[in-house]
Amino acid sequence: MATLNILILVCLGYVVLLFGVAFAADRLAARGGGKWLRSPLIYTLSLSIYCTAWTFYGAVGNAARSGLEFVTIYLGPTLVMISWWWGLRKLVRIGRSQRVTSIADLISSRYGKSNTLAVCVTILAVLGGTPYIALQLQSITLSFSIFAEADPTGLYREGSSVFWVAAGLAVFAILFGTRNLDANERHHGVVTAIALESVVKLFALLAVGIFVVWGIAGGLGPMMDQIDASEIGQWHVDAGRWTTFIFLSAAAFVCLPRMFQVMVVENDDESHLRTAAWAFPLYLLLMSLFVVPIAVVGLDLMPEGSNPDLFVLTVPLSQGNDWLAMLSFIGGFSSATSMVIVTAMALSTMVSNHVVMPIWLNTQEGTASVSGDVRTIVLMARRVSIAVIMALGYFYYRLSGGGAALASIGLVAFAGISQIVPALVGGLFWRGATRTGALVGLSVGFLLWIYTLLLPGMEGGIIPASVIENGPFGWGWLRPQALFGIDGIDPMVHTVMWSLSLNTIAFCVASMLSFPSPLERLQGAQFVNVFDHSAAPRGWTGSVAQSEDLMIMTQRILGTNPAQEFFQAEAERQNGRPGRLPEPTPQFLERLERELSGSVGAATAHAMIGQIVGGASVSVEDLLAVADESAQMLEYSSQLEAKSAELSRTARQLREANAKLTQVSMQKDAFLSQVSHELRTPMTSIRAFSEIMRDTDGLSEAEQTRYAAIIHDEALRLTRLLDDLLDLSVLESGQVSLNMGDASLNEVLDRAVSSALAGGDRKLSVRRVRASERIPLHTDLDRLGQVFINLISNAQKYCDAAEPVLTISAHDVGGQVVIDFTDNGGGIPPEAQSMVFEKFARVGSDKAGGAGLGLAICREIMQRLGGDVAYLPGQGGAAFRVNLPLAYRQAAQ
Amino acid sequence: MSRKVLLIEDEPNITEAIRFLLTREGWQVETHAEGTDAVQVILAARPDLVILDVMLPGKSGMDVLRDLREHDEMKVLPVLMLTARGQSRDREMAEQAGVSRFMTKPFSNTEVLTAVRDLHAQASQS
Repeated sequence: MATLNILILVCLGYVVLLFGVAFAADRLAARGGGKWLRSPLIYTLSLSIYCTAWTFYGAVGNAARSGLEFVTIYLGPTLVMISWWWGLRKLVRIGRSQRVTSIADLISSRYGKSNTLAVCVTILAVLGGTPYIALQLQSITLSFSIFAEADPTGLYREGSSVFWVAAGLAVFAILFGTRNLDANERHHGVVTAIALESVVKLFALLAVGIFVVWGIAGGLGPMMDQIDASEIGQWHVDAGRWTTFIFLSAAAFVCLPRMFQVMVVENDDESHLRTAAWAFPLYLLLMSLFVVPIAVVGLDLMPEGSNPDLFVLTVPLSQGNDWLAMLSFIGGFSSATSMVIVTAMALSTMVSNHVVMPIWLNTQEGTASVSGDVRTIVLMARRVSIAVIMALGYFYYRLSGGGAALASIGLVAFAGISQIVPALVGGLFWRGATRTGALVGLSVGFLLWIYTLLLPGMEGGIIPASVIENGPFGWGWLRPQALFGIDGIDPMVHTVMWSLSLNTIAFCVASMLSFPSPLERLQGAQFVNVFDHSAAPRGWTGSVAQSEDLMIMTQRILGTNPAQEFFQAEAERQNGRPGRLPEPTPQFLERLERELSGSVGAATAHAMIGQIVGGASVSVEDLLAVADESAQMLEYSSQLEAKSAELSRTARQLREANAKLTQVSMQKDAFLSQVSHELRTPMTSIRAFSEIMRDTDGLSEAEQTRYAAIIHDEALRLTRLLDDLLDLSVLESGQVSLNMGDASLNEVLDRAVSSALAGGDRKLSVRRVRASERIPLHTDLDRLGQVFINLISNAQKYCDAAEPVLTISAHDVGGQVVIDFTDNGGGIPPEAQSMVFEKFARVGSDKAGGAGLGLAICREIMQRLGGDVAYLPGQGGAAFRVNLPLAYRQAAQ
Repeated sequence: MSRKVLLIEDEPNITEAIRFLLTREGWQVETHAEGTDAVQVILAARPDLVILDVMLPGKSGMDVLRDLREHDEMKVLPVLMLTARGQSRDREMAEQAGVSRFMTKPFSNTEVLTAVRDLHAQASQS
């Protein structure tokens, strides 16, 4: 007798083996190796998580109780695989092109990314999945208890064992289901491990079957006789139940979260479906081959009242074949663990993506960017979800007491999950299906399922017996198990009939009555016409002809030389063939996509390669992402434009500043040169005559006097020049401080005229209109006087008339004091008029000893006083007009 | 033998000083104060030596010299140029224009006399 302890050890060893396989497969896949990991065989074997412990143990029990009815559970998927594999192919294609992560994601994606729908499907799946997980835990516990009865000394304690099994499975699912966040959600490690488990459970069941037929019954012939003799051999087909069960199992095969996970999400290549279409039915056939013989022999051999669900274990044990029993145990263990792990993974993906993340993102709204944390948050959400789902299964098992009620749970879950079928199939084939339709249909079916099947079936009377018998509030037509008065049919058939038909009708009617949003319409077209939008079934594949197109595209994006270098490097990497185009292998295309995404963004790069290679459709999300990127690039380029405009503005300003500086520098040179000339000229005379007086003997008295006078005059000229230069420098630098005072204009003019005429030796008559000069002024009187003296002296020096006359007239014109100085000479020639106010400007041959700074100083002074001085052409003689703003006069009043 | 110098200078005091110096040396000094007709005056006066100021009314001394050297008989006439601006660029321009000697104001009387003597001696020898 095998001890229980050995069994526990074998169990642990088996789990360690699974860990090892999953770990190795993950490592292999991460390094890009292990082609066989993606083979059709592994895919087919992974599909067989359809066969849970419920199938492994329950099929025999079912056969013992209800005869051949258990076959329906295998017939449903077989029919789907053989007759509807083109529909599955469509499902897989959509799943790939839309990067779908779960059945909830698929439904939500089809109906315009509606999260409400996703949440509905998730709740449905969790509600259906939790009892199902409990069922697996129960099967493990039951099978343990068989060995415990036979070996009371073992370590086994029923209560704690379920907990440890649940915890262990949770750890496995967390370790391998949430190790990383792959964009396409594939888990090679887990898939490989469950494929191995599929082999183990098939092997175990076949071994038991062979032992029963040849070891106990004594061969094929006697076996057939024994079957014919038993009740099971009598064909008894309840058409309603059979149809219902076949339909349910078919629906569950497609809609169950774990099935969707392995069939669509984990699918590497849709051509694998071709193999699975015959290999999976074959697997199911082998699984069901020995069910009837085991049931018949079990009923015959085992004592009355023993649980037929455990014949697979108890029959070998009763024959003393402990090792076979242990193998059988491992088979059942495999069925249970693989189902639980994948279900937990699939459900956690749904819960975290559609429930936890939306809530979390909502609460995070406004708190800056979250992109960095999302990854860890998602992983954490998945891990917690797995733990919670396992805990739910565990508590469900504890609360339901592990009684016989669990046995029917599998079918109840099937009926629940099948409510997705109308929305799913409608979404795949009917463009008119809308979100509202899906939501209404799903809700109707979901509520009916709860009301007519889930609640009445629960122990503890959530629905009172009176309601079941008489309906709520005594309304007979609402009796949960006899809606609308249709009585006397099997509860399961009743539920499926009503829930699915009303679900479908509600779905169709609501779809026709509602209008889809643009996104829904686009997604609808993507789903229904998926084969038109996406061509090749593989990832990135293509021919050399496409390589040329890729090359042309890459050149446009990266530029000719970088593109050629990249393609050449790739060609060398492939079998060292430089000079030729590289084969468009998936690896090359991936690298190219990465290279391009550096320039145009990931979404655009993906879409562009997709367009050329045709391996994937361009989804709405892709297009939106492209639009996003374009918007960003537009913004970036407009920023660049603004920058370059700013730069050219700065450059223009710099050019202008430079031109100004150059001009200033030239003006400065010219000024210095002029100053030099004006200083050197008198110094030359002074030096020459002082040397003459020093070196020449016998100079006459008159000569001596004359030469000394020249030296004296030239010295004065130098002094004047220096004074003017200093004055101008102070005025130009703006450091001059005005000495404001009040006086009448005529007083200022009086002083100026007398001062100017006293200094000069030429005769000048000054005419004034004194009456007009009584204008009060508030200004720097000395500076204003300086301007007047300058203008009068100029007339005195340069007026070429025989009888020089200067007329001074003052007016009060429009808020300004205007004083004109007009002489009766020849005036200034027009070409020189614009020059007279420049420094060192002298008109004609100026022998009057002026350096040409006088008018420049006048202009500077008038600017400081807030007015100006200008030459007045067309007045006969030279005429200057001085303007002084009235503000100064008013300020004085 | 009478030596004739033509002094073209617009500053009367400087003209008077140079006239005084050169007359005492035995030169016949003629003066002119305009740039505009300076070349004609030189051609007409046929002096043994010209002293030319740069900053002249109407036409700069540089232009006068350049135009003067266009005349074949004037290619070797000694020309002493005086300037008050004192920039090296002026000296280069003057040399290109064909000046014989270039002096910056203020000069010493001895310098002028030495220059005039040297220039005249060279012209007499050749």
